[in-house]
Amino acid sequence: MKGLRSFLDRIKPTFQEGGNLSMLHSTFDAIETLLFVPGHSAPAKGAHIRDGIDLKRTMITVIVAMMPVLIWGLFNVGYQHYLSLGVNEGFATMNNMLFGLSKSLPIIAVSYGAGLGCEFLFAQFRKHPVNEGFLVTGMLIPLCMPPDVPLWMVALATIFAVIIGKEAFGGTGMNPLNPALLARAFIFFAYPGSMTGENVWIADKPDGYSGATSLSNLSAAESVPVDGNWLNVSGWSVGDMFLGFEPGSLGETSVLMCLIGGVILFATGVGNWKIMVATFVGGLGGGLILNGLVAMGIGADNAFMAVPAYYHLLMGGFAFGAIYMATDPVSAAQTERGKWIYGIMIGLVCIVIRVFNGAYPEGMMLAILIMNVSAPLIDYYQVQSNIKRRLARAK
Amino acid sequence: MSTETAVVIEKKEREPLFSKKNRKLLVDPIDSDNPITVQVLGICSALAVTVQTWPSIVMSIGVIFVAAFSNLIISLLRNTIPPRIRIIVQLVVVSLFVQIVSEILKAYIYDIYLELSVFIGLIITNCIIMGRLEAFALANKPWPSFLDGIGNGLGYGAILIAVGLIREYFGTGGTLFSGTPIEFTMFTFPSVGIMAMPAGACIIVGLLIWAQRARNGYAEESN
Repeated sequence: MKGLRSFLDRIKPTFQEGGNLSMLHSTFDAIETLLFVPGHSAPAKGAHIRDGIDLKRTMITVIVAMMPVLIWGLFNVGYQHYLSLGVNEGFATMNNMLFGLSKSLPIIAVSYGAGLGCEFLFAQFRKHPVNEGFLVTGMLIPLCMPPDVPLWMVALATIFAVIIGKEAFGGTGMNPLNPALLARAFIFFAYPGSMTGENVWIADKPDGYSGATSLSNLSAAESVPVDGNWLNVSGWSVGDMFLGFEPGSLGETSVLMCLIGGVILFATGVGNWKIMVATFVGGLGGGLILNGLVAMGIGADNAFMAVPAYYHLLMGGFAFGAIYMATDPVSAAQTERGKWIYGIMIGLVCIVIRVFNGAYPEGMMLAILIMNVSAPLIDYYQVQSNIKRRLARAK
Repeated sequence: MSTETAVVIEKKEREPLFSKKNRKLLVDPIDSDNPITVQVLGICSALAVTVQTWPSIVMSIGVIFVAAFSNLIISLLRNTIPPRIRIIVQLVVVSLFVQIVSEILKAYIYDIYLELSVFIGLIITNCIIMGRLEAFALANKPWPSFLDGIGNGLGYGAILIAVGLIREYFGTGGTLFSGTPIEFTMFTFPSVGIMAMPAGACIIVGLLIWAQRARNGYAEESN
């Protein structure tokens, strides 16, 4: 460690002003701060709060919180693949893990490579330090991709998300939209064949084996089961959906693992619990409203409307989006009551898109993006109403 | 003494047709005062008709024609139009020229007329035309107004054709010359679905604005 430090100190002047490689200053800076705690934190004297938490530690915490989801995803990719081939050796096997790694590692590598490449490039041109913001985005992008997505699409989408979603607006901390979801939305609209349908959710599956998720099954269902047996309609039992034994994007299948990640985010104070809870409440409320409509006889033959409300929280990427995507502190609402409104609206909009837009059986991505755009509006009215209330009190 | 001043005034009024000021009217809207990327007018049709290049070109020509002549007519009438009904008068004049464009397209290039469909009629409500009538033609002489109309039409067309070329290439892999003997393909790739949607045009226009501002050194006013 000491040798590394002295090596960095020795080559430092080369990268500083006047040095031969001063144009690579921010690259050097990024590597140095990645290896060592930067010295320029709060001064030793004076009334400053001294805390070890900085952007980097926040980001690392989120990465740690994503580990359960990622590890489950690795196993599940392999498990679903071998299941589709007719081989079922159990879930936690080496084969599943290895196959999952062979599918996921390239996506992760491409996502980090393309994204960090863009970040470093912009940092050089704009002469600002490289931010740690992409560490989380670079992991979120693979987690919300189908296991079979072509790598060049991942690269293109990542570059799009970093440049259009982030750098165009001023870099880390300025993005109005969640960059990882933007990357997913880009592929979703640019190459729908690789992001929707029944054939993308299981890696290398043989033709003829149905890779339909519970969402697509429900969306395609033509009638409501009379005996209340939803297993036949959704195709996946509640237990499977909760634990994550179903096809889907790399990280979205297991609600349990998402909840573990949510607990980590909550315990460390990095993720906002209000947004997570509000999103689940909104989703459940939306489902209950639709169930109520069905009970009143409106849309009674629509399986997607009649399905028990808690199904919506278990299917697809609802939990993943609520815990990892909606809580992105930059693109979410900033005011406290605004966070409740923001979260509840994400849940509601997601259910509305899922049920009423036949082309998009999964609405979580679009719901979060829509509410990301609306977050400043929510905050504005929240602040205005606060001012009004306090003015009234002052009178 | 008095005669001398009279002569000077007359000299001042006789401006050459393409004086520096008038040239500015013609050239500025193409770049530094572009109706789409700087004034942010006429976005709707720029998103709607630019899936392919040919319709973009035809649309541009139509807008140049309508903008120039309606500017001219309104400028001629500017002292006689009562301010309270000026919008109605403008609409009448604009719709006259739009109708002319529409009939010509119907007669000679019916295919493209069908493709542009409603957007030819909607030139009437194109923000660029109304905007230039309100902002320029009502307060300026006919000749500068005419040039202003052509300039803004050209600026609009430049963006439209650029967006059309990009969208056609990435959206369908085609180029302006697709279907003709000089067709060429550089390399094939899966077409980008988003480029066939208006959202793709929105992104391209945004990128053009970014590039233009980076080049011209424009910065948003901070308040």
